[in-house]
Amino acid sequence: MEHEITLVVNGAARRARVPGRRLLSDCLRHDLGLTGTHVGCEHGVCGCCTVLLDGEPVRSCLTLAVTVDGREITTVEGLAGPDGLSPVQRAFEECHALQCGFCTPGFLCTVTALLRDNPAPAEDEVLDGISGNLCRCTGYQNIVKAVHRAADLLAEERAPSAGEPPRDGEAS
Amino acid sequence: MKPPPFTYHAPRDLDEALDLLAEVDGKVLAGGQSLIPLLNMRLAAPAHVVDVNRLPGLSGIEAGPEGVTVGALARQAEVARAGVHPLLGQALRLVAHPVIRNRGTVVGSLVHADPAAELPAVLAVLGGSVRLARRAPGGTGVRQVAADAFFAGPLESAAEPGELAVSAFFPALPPRSGSAFEEVARRHGDYALLAGVCAVVTLDEDLHVAAARVACVGVGPVPVVADVSEVCGRRPAATVPWEAVTEAVRRAVEPEDDIHASAAYRLHLVGVLAERALREAAARAAAPP
Amino acid sequence: MSTRLFGEPVRRREDRRLLTGRGRYVDDLGPDALAAAFVRSPHARARIRDIDVSAALDVEGLVAVYTWEDLPERVGRPLPLLIPHPALTHGRTAYPLARDVVRHVGEPVVMVVAADRYLAEDACALIHVDYEPLKPVVGLEEAAHGARLVHDDVPGNVGARLLQEVPGRDGRSAREAIEEAPHTLAFRLDIERSASMPLEGRGVHARWDGTDLRVHSSTQTSTSVRMAVAAALGLPLPHVEVIAPDVGGGFGVKIVHPWPEEILVPWAAMTLGREVKWTEDRREHFVSSAHERAQVQYVRVGFDDDGRVLGLDVTILHDHGAYTPYGIIVPIITSTQLLGPYKIGAYRVEFSSIYTNTVQVTPYRGAGRPQGVFCMERTMDKIARHLGKDRTEVRRANFIEPDEFPYDQGMIFQDGRPLVYDSGDYPRMLAMLKELIGWDAFERRPGRGIGVGCYVEGTGVGPYEGGHVQVTSDGRVHVSTGLTSQGQGHETVFAQIAASELGVPIERISVVTGDTRRFGYAVGTFASRAAVMSGNAIALACRKVRAKALRIAADALEADPADLEITDGTVHVVGTPSASIPLATVAVLANPLRYAFDEEAARATQFAGASAPDRPPVAEGDEPGLEGRDYYSPIRSTFAAGMHAAIVETDPLTAEVRVVRYAVIHDCGRLVNPMIVEGQIHGGVAQGVGGALYERMVYDGDGQLLNASFMDFLMPYATEIPRIETGHLETPSPLNPLGVKGAGEAGVIPVSAVIASAVEDAEGFPVDRMPISPSELFDLRRRHATG
Repeated sequence: MEHEITLVVNGAARRARVPGRRLLSDCLRHDLGLTGTHVGCEHGVCGCCTVLLDGEPVRSCLTLAVTVDGREITTVEGLAGPDGLSPVQRAFEECHALQCGFCTPGFLCTVTALLRDNPAPAEDEVLDGISGNLCRCTGYQNIVKAVHRAADLLAEERAPSAGEPPRDGEAS
Repeated sequence: MKPPPFTYHAPRDLDEALDLLAEVDGKVLAGGQSLIPLLNMRLAAPAHVVDVNRLPGLSGIEAGPEGVTVGALARQAEVARAGVHPLLGQALRLVAHPVIRNRGTVVGSLVHADPAAELPAVLAVLGGSVRLARRAPGGTGVRQVAADAFFAGPLESAAEPGELAVSAFFPALPPRSGSAFEEVARRHGDYALLAGVCAVVTLDEDLHVAAARVACVGVGPVPVVADVSEVCGRRPAATVPWEAVTEAVRRAVEPEDDIHASAAYRLHLVGVLAERALREAAARAAAPP
Repeated sequence: MSTRLFGEPVRRREDRRLLTGRGRYVDDLGPDALAAAFVRSPHARARIRDIDVSAALDVEGLVAVYTWEDLPERVGRPLPLLIPHPALTHGRTAYPLARDVVRHVGEPVVMVVAADRYLAEDACALIHVDYEPLKPVVGLEEAAHGARLVHDDVPGNVGARLLQEVPGRDGRSAREAIEEAPHTLAFRLDIERSASMPLEGRGVHARWDGTDLRVHSSTQTSTSVRMAVAAALGLPLPHVEVIAPDVGGGFGVKIVHPWPEEILVPWAAMTLGREVKWTEDRREHFVSSAHERAQVQYVRVGFDDDGRVLGLDVTILHDHGAYTPYGIIVPIITSTQLLGPYKIGAYRVEFSSIYTNTVQVTPYRGAGRPQGVFCMERTMDKIARHLGKDRTEVRRANFIEPDEFPYDQGMIFQDGRPLVYDSGDYPRMLAMLKELIGWDAFERRPGRGIGVGCYVEGTGVGPYEGGHVQVTSDGRVHVSTGLTSQGQGHETVFAQIAASELGVPIERISVVTGDTRRFGYAVGTFASRAAVMSGNAIALACRKVRAKALRIAADALEADPADLEITDGTVHVVGTPSASIPLATVAVLANPLRYAFDEEAARATQFAGASAPDRPPVAEGDEPGLEGRDYYSPIRSTFAAGMHAAIVETDPLTAEVRVVRYAVIHDCGRLVNPMIVEGQIHGGVAQGVGGALYERMVYDGDGQLLNASFMDFLMPYATEIPRIETGHLETPSPLNPLGVKGAGEAGVIPVSAVIASAVEDAEGFPVDRMPISPSELFDLRRRHATG
């Protein structure tokens, strides 16, 4: 039996007909053609498939598409703004925080939410925050660096637009 | 690694859910962080999946003087953020990774009854309980199962077919009590692949140990609870005979060899962790934050 | 922007698409393709009595089910043995689908094609294979006894046995030298199984249009997959194209080819006339791709009072798993690269490559080197301990000196050529390492130790790679090379090389790798060879193009080519910037047929002189267009080197090991892009830490892999990897035009040796088996406490 569902993906309502067992990861990739979300283990350990569900990072391989009918989903394709790469994406590029790029979408979604909730994380908070994402290429050092760098970029971005005093002290 | 076919149900309220569970041989889906991996690996092949995520009224986290009631749909991350119980907070930091905790539920973890998981030990050491609802003639049958009866075996809880765990109750710590959770996982965020111990210590007015309990993870088919109040004796934590205490804990557990550790190591480790957790709990009891 | 980009930390051009979800990995292709899935053996060793597919036929969406008997003769042949060797007397490879017997859990038995992967898996679950299970052969030493056989016709389970002996300068054999040495030691070392474990598994997508076959594979060698597919399917080579799109990590496992699926998926696509795709899942990757490491080594060493090795005798049991598709490259590398940066008096090494009923063993990043380095570095530590000397002092006493290059180790290397080191400066490297980690100031105390490990790595093995460079009339430069990319940043690095060679802004350069439509002859990406092989080939091709451009420009400008240079994409006379011609225009001039399709071509007519009526428009030996192709084929490998040190703390109670500091000094010759080299080192070290402290493949006596998931195969997260401090030493290779040596595998090679050295230092007893878990350290403590 198939189910008619509507997902609001990267701001746009998308409809799909899926069987109950369809994983959200497969729905995004194969039903909606958003192949930026990757599948590395299908048992919730690697974090490649991480997307934002109503803003919270979740494993799309451990979520049935039908369960999240009607909810908002952000994938890697939706992270960049109209002006180009998001601060997190820019930081990953600057810091050489990716090699093969397969785990990268999961890291980007995870870090985007992490920095929203904790704009100036300490080192151990960064490590804890990305501790559910495997990377086999980088050894993580540049990813950690990129998270700090993204925090700085976000702080810079916030400072002028919000008219608040610069928050460099917190972000460093 | 794709789930086998099943009939999917998304009941809109508790009655509908209980009706369904009474009718079909269904597996309950809440957070899915334990169930869906089993489905993807085809280690579970239920004919029906009853998705309870749309049921109203099950997301509550209610703290009262007696303790905390956590609804079936309260996500682990929400419970941790609520800060309603010190030991729950200490344990939840160790449960998997932040992203898993965004979806995973506290009650679901209890029902999954993994002997290497943290939350069953918390329920066990506190003497908490799980509320199970079922369709009964003329209404809803509810039973409250205490932790010591709830964990029946590895991956086996007292919840029977047709029953839905609607909430769990974690008793509050008594006055002058402290708690702690110590574990050695191989990787940060893993299950306690080696061993873990949570402890609750209550002091009397003279700050002597009045009660001390531990629950051990990964060293038996279910969380192993040991009451070490007597071994500790009514004395300040500093003079507790720790060797005797750790021996008492070690006597209570039955670790096994597996690919991650030998039984001998686990037996040693559980004593080490018990002492660490008890000392920490006692210190917190003496100097509440 | 400067065009001198060689050596600069240029940001990667790959990143933009990968950061925005626009990467194209195999599973992202062919949205309408049918999906393949496989029934794989649940038994380590069994005879297949019968296969009953009838129940599967009712699955809606099922398209086809194939067993070995359904395959045409050509397709059903055993897979090729890629690298034969005279010592590999009993090489064996698998059939694409099992024929009568299975030899490891995970061996493919039935192929299913269905509308999607869910349905294909449903059908797999309904296929009943009747097996007669047999007691399997598991465990190296048990297999070596040969009581039961993996292959009935391979006595003793020995696939290969190879002895190499290098006598000392005095002509004595290693065994004689050891007998007569002032000091001798004998010991046994163990390294467990691990695996490459890229986060993207394997995958194949095939499309057949009735004439041409196009295959996308997540491979480290598209050119060789192409030849293998053409041969197996009986297709003319020009009708087969193979493309490695974005590949989510390889680390060795994807150099094996053809995988059964690389033959079967294209064959199914041709047979069914439909696009077919197979995307390996994680469980499949664990049990049906390949593993590595897994050796037992028996060592005897004789040395003098200064710790100089007089004789070394190593006997290796190498676990090959069930098949030998990749020959015996891994144990050959172990036995040759074991020598590291040292001059060993006399050396004897003998390995036996043993079959077991487990997943086959093929190269994983490091490819046998980590085992060899573990052996030699454990030996150095034991000598130091025996003599009461500092461990770095003993190493220093054995080093090849900087003035001794080229240094002939007297052996035959993996490429079949003499093992001759080209360059290096080991004493300086050790001094740099000691300073970086603070070796001399280290305060040792129980539970805190420091360790060191040195290695030399043959990189950039032949036989060749090629590069093609084309300048089009819009001034853009199109570079292609046949080898593939799995995240190493080749698009960036090769563009840097081309920009530097041609004097063109990097923005105008595009690079394509691993696409046989663009470049047909290549070997592949492995053995830290891309920068050396394709880097130099591209540089040589650029030089051809540059020479031609200067010749044409000289004609147009009426200047001497020797007076011309190219900067920012413009050829100009040195010292006279006004006398110039854009490379775009030169590209137009290079083609006598000059329709004015674009502005550049129209403008170029001003330079076009009348062609001489007595000469052909394209001169003899010349070609139209501004392009060049060249190959780099080295006489022998370059030899990179590195030295690592670590400080660890061991918990006195829980026996957990924490790496507090990790330092690396690395020499890969000239650095093309230091940022990328550093990234390679970080990633290698992280895999090394995984191999030293976390990862292993655990088989039980029935040949079941007990930890075939990411829950139990413990790949490290960010929380398990220490910060890595790096320093570079650059001793350029004299062997190639760019002076580069490879860097891809470097980071991983010595890590197990280094961590063992540090744990041993912290604990005070030998650590001879890696990886080491808290439980194992606890057990060692008990054993040594009770004496």
